[in-house]
Amino acid sequence: MDEAPLVHLEDVVRRFGGIRAVDGVSFQLGPGDVLGFLGPNGAGKTTTMKIITGNLAPTSGRVEVRGIDMVGDPVRAKGSVGYLPEHPPLHQELTVDEFLRYCARLNGVRRRELEESVATAKRRCGIAGMGGRLIGNLSRGYQQRVGIAQAIVHRPEVVILDEPTIGLDPIQVREIRELIRELGSEHGVILSTHILPEVQAVCNRVQIIHEGRLVFAESLEGLGDRLAATSLRVDLERPPDAASLEAIEGVSSVEMLEAGSFRIHHGSGESPAEALARRALDNGWGLRALVPEEPSLEQMFIDVTLKEGPETGEEAA
Amino acid sequence: MVGTIAWRELRSLFLSPLAWTLLGAVQIILAYLFLRQVDTFQQLQPRLSRMEGAPGVTDIVVAPLFSNAAIVLLLVIPLVTMHLISGERRAGTMSLLMSAPVSMTRIVLGKYLGVLGFLAVLLGMILLMPLSLSLGTTLDFGKLAAGALGLALVLASFAAAGVFLSSLTNQPAVAAIGTFGLLLLLWLLSWTGNLGNVASEILEYLSLMEHYRDLGQGLVNTTDIAYYLLFIVTFLVLAIRRLDGDRLAG
Repeated sequence: MDEAPLVHLEDVVRRFGGIRAVDGVSFQLGPGDVLGFLGPNGAGKTTTMKIITGNLAPTSGRVEVRGIDMVGDPVRAKGSVGYLPEHPPLHQELTVDEFLRYCARLNGVRRRELEESVATAKRRCGIAGMGGRLIGNLSRGYQQRVGIAQAIVHRPEVVILDEPTIGLDPIQVREIRELIRELGSEHGVILSTHILPEVQAVCNRVQIIHEGRLVFAESLEGLGDRLAATSLRVDLERPPDAASLEAIEGVSSVEMLEAGSFRIHHGSGESPAEALARRALDNGWGLRALVPEEPSLEQMFIDVTLKEGPETGEEAA
Repeated sequence: MVGTIAWRELRSLFLSPLAWTLLGAVQIILAYLFLRQVDTFQQLQPRLSRMEGAPGVTDIVVAPLFSNAAIVLLLVIPLVTMHLISGERRAGTMSLLMSAPVSMTRIVLGKYLGVLGFLAVLLGMILLMPLSLSLGTTLDFGKLAAGALGLALVLASFAAAGVFLSSLTNQPAVAAIGTFGLLLLLWLLSWTGNLGNVASEILEYLSLMEHYRDLGQGLVNTTDIAYYLLFIVTFLVLAIRRLDGDRLAG
């Protein structure tokens, strides 16, 4: 059993009426993986997560958690999964302690271990002092933490978090990312988001889903290569013509943005910034700004989806 | 697991003002009807004492109280059951149950038992009224027990129908109206009974009220008990099927 991956999806399809919300997704999650699940709204992230957690059955394909079939034996499979949906499922009328005890019991934590599990989950989520507060009176950020505590209270092997940092302030976001990284050391984590820095901050694997299909799956190092800056933005006081910029070593093409502003494209890993700066000083072009442009998620996303073929590109438009 | 769900359901019910309001309202209405019935009995008493085999206090006070209670609770139970599943769907907490290693059967049973817990409190409070009469007179406890059993079965049947209708929708109000409509229809089916043909006899047999009548008069009949148990099982199974369907069609 230990040999089986934590989560194994094979050619999972989910149809809603005529729409294929998830269309042939296959991937695996191993222990210690923190998998970032990226994609624009409506790409099928939440549907995929609901399928992994057994909230939805796939139309076809196979879902296994620790080698147990989620469709055939959901009760056993669900015990190994903790899930935080997009809207944290909280009973507003209960206190934090009552709620977490309820969730722990629901997930089969034994009565003897109950208090300890709840205390551990609260401590890890930074809500140790909140036990007696009513959930309905907590702020959004604390409710989110209770939601995460709910997902980890029974120490599941797989933790699935659907947009865990949405609507939080920057400090809370940082704390929650810290927590996710910590979770990754013990559990397998799947995290959906559309915020790229979040993936860079906490994940070691990235997958992009678009219109129900996985269009990109790589380790974070792979993503780093892809995200390496391949363009510079240059603002010059007394700009020369484009041709003399193109002549600089390492520059592959030059794009005129507005008067005095250029976008300089170059190969990844060979930035012409230094050569450009020297040339600008030597020739008195009046260098005002020289900024490497990191591709945004949108850019990378369009890149990735357009590569899939013209047909996907048209649908996306 | 069933106990955990039932306990949470009961607790949430009593943490909201709804349960308390319903308990209070039902108690006031039934107390009024009960006291009127006691008055009637006191007026009839001189005549009854001269009659051979006259109906006792249990027949005149308790039996009408129970049949009134059934009708009042037909209005009330849809309000208790409406939140069970549709409310959780609406609040987004359904995924808590759907992600937990708990079968749909246990979810439905847990919720149903939670409501039964509330109904037990309600029934207990109603029973206190006839029991208070035993301070001043002798009651026919056999008849009282039969009536209480009948009322308990009727309430449990109402609740089962409520659980099912709550599983159909994510709008508690729709669930409440649906439950109310269904129960009222099943209650009134026997009104066609006087036509005398086969169809009307079948309808009469299906009516919730028909089976309650005998129990209210102290006749414990296995047919009636079986009817209610089948009624309960049918609606609970339908609710379980419906939740399973949710996962597939959702």
